Amino acid sequence: MKKRRGSAFSRRSFLAGTGAVAAGLSIRPRLAFSADEARLNFYNWDTYIGETTLDDFKDASGIEVTMDLFGDNDELFAKLKEGNPGYDVIVPTNDYVERMIAAEMLVPLDHAKLPNYTKNVDPAFKDAAFDPGRTYSVAYMWGTQGIGYRKSRVEGVPDSWKWLFDSDAYAGRIALLGDEGSVIGMALKYLGYSYNSKDPGEIKQAEELIIRQKPHIKVFADDNGQDLLLSGEVDLTMEWNGDILQVMAEDDDLAYVVPKEGSVAWQDCLSIPTGAPHPENAHKFIDFIFDAEVGAQIADFIQYATPNAAARKLLPDEYSENPAIFPSAETLARCEPEIYKGEAAQRLREETWTRILAA
Amino acid sequence: MDSWRKSPLVFWVLNLPPSIWLVAFFIVPLSLVWVLSFGEKRGIVDIAITWTFDNYARALQPIYLEIFWKSIWMAAAATLVCLVVGYPVAFAIAFAPAHWKPLLLLALMVPFWINILIRTYALIAVFRTRGYVNFTLEWFWEQANAFLGLIGLGGYALLGERFEPLPLLYNNLAVSMGIVYAFFPFMVLPLYANIEKLDRSYMEASLDLGAGHWRTFFSVVLPLTWHGALSGIIIVFIPALGAFFIPDLLGGTDSQLIGNVIERQFKSANDWPFGAALSFLLMYATFGALALRALFAGRKQGLEV
Repeated sequence: MKKRRGSAFSRRSFLAGTGAVAAGLSIRPRLAFSADEARLNFYNWDTYIGETTLDDFKDASGIEVTMDLFGDNDELFAKLKEGNPGYDVIVPTNDYVERMIAAEMLVPLDHAKLPNYTKNVDPAFKDAAFDPGRTYSVAYMWGTQGIGYRKSRVEGVPDSWKWLFDSDAYAGRIALLGDEGSVIGMALKYLGYSYNSKDPGEIKQAEELIIRQKPHIKVFADDNGQDLLLSGEVDLTMEWNGDILQVMAEDDDLAYVVPKEGSVAWQDCLSIPTGAPHPENAHKFIDFIFDAEVGAQIADFIQYATPNAAARKLLPDEYSENPAIFPSAETLARCEPEIYKGEAAQRLREETWTRILAA
Repeated sequence: MDSWRKSPLVFWVLNLPPSIWLVAFFIVPLSLVWVLSFGEKRGIVDIAITWTFDNYARALQPIYLEIFWKSIWMAAAATLVCLVVGYPVAFAIAFAPAHWKPLLLLALMVPFWINILIRTYALIAVFRTRGYVNFTLEWFWEQANAFLGLIGLGGYALLGERFEPLPLLYNNLAVSMGIVYAFFPFMVLPLYANIEKLDRSYMEASLDLGAGHWRTFFSVVLPLTWHGALSGIIIVFIPALGAFFIPDLLGGTDSQLIGNVIERQFKSANDWPFGAALSFLLMYATFGALALRALFAGRKQGLEV
């Protein structure tokens, strides 16, 4: 569903994606490895770890990390669905953490083995509705969804979903994300309902709103809204903050805003999948990431918001006080997390999305 | 025909590897998907095979039939374009001087060495608003304007105040162009193979006996190369019918094809049984088309003999 991570260019993530498929195949024979060997298999998003983190971990612990990459949560889920092919640490997003807990695909973490985490994590991340008591997951990075826009082509700050969902002011210059969760969810948000609504009546209203707006929307972008914005194809795009941040670095005319109706706040987590061959090493690795220095290096490189409070303190203001990375408390209060809605609600949304696209 | 009876050992030695391959990597996985299409979702990862027809009933709802129909229509249109453009190209290659032929065939094949996804991304750079086609058009627009200025008509803005780029991307036309671009060589190669084998003297005879070029093409060349065209049509139409990343990347808000719906069932919707049912309906439709063709070809041959 979400395909937000990655480098500035989605084609690069695509390449990594194909690489991940190949790498995924090659990892299968490692199933037989014993638990105490100095190895760890890490399944991560593209460009989502510090440049030297894996080498530093090897120097510190002697454990060699093999990292494979996935392109989106669905790929991660599909890969682990029929049994863990040998991964020790994975990086699912919050709603998928919930789904994987329900499907018994994650093992509980031993917090006693995570002293850095206990010491350094921002208290706000010590509990979560999707994983009470954080039994199965710890936060890795977090962020929001909002509107990326070209300042010179838009009047004022487009701080409402209205401009994307209910207006012809920017007809033909709008891109929305290409996944049903985000588009239907945000239409619901604009209509004043919950992003996670399961109410068929509310979803029907969202469907009608989107179908009415369709002639003004240029494209449902498949993980490349930021490219469309950068190349001038569209002037407003619904995107994940990190993607817009990357193109903002290349073009001063671009900006990011979380609309006043609110949005979705996401959290990518570190978890250990069921059947992980090296759970001890996995704990060591997760705790290593929560070291202040290590966390700072990672956050500085990938420019996402870190839940590691000690790491945030080490970084300059342009990162730690950047509102596009760390939105204000009142903005965050208007954001909801995406929750796992159950298979029936999922199907309702999928069918709605098929109708929207076919309309 | 019965030579395999004489040397069964050779027959089995030669046939075992491909047979095992066919069974292990084609028949077995396909059967699994077929069985899955009669399954029921019981939870997030649990699928019970209950031999229900619910998935098929759902797949036959009007909304999905419409998407099927649209996919068939789009694939057919793209196939037709491939055929109409492919014939002259195949002719040109077949009739080119002998030392040019390998080069021309190579030019046709070289794009194949690049991954189709990357080539599709390249199309985005060609067709987008600030892409190469529009840059070229803009250049011509500027030149034309400069020329108008030169002959004293510059003040009238005859060509518009400013250049309006063509919306070439993110619509159904872009998807068709993407499909044509992706599968065009599949059409040209069988056509070329057939035209190459064509006895040139038939055409000379036709022309000598007073038929024009059009008549010669439709009455002589077309019937004699029709088999190549049919092969081309089939190997272009079938993959075009299942296209999903081309509409994903090049399509607009209404470019959903059946391939996209199927892909979503296996990914975000996590509804494998329904996705399997849709896939098999698509496959049955393809089988049906192939059977019709076999029937058609058989009858025609029967009449001719």
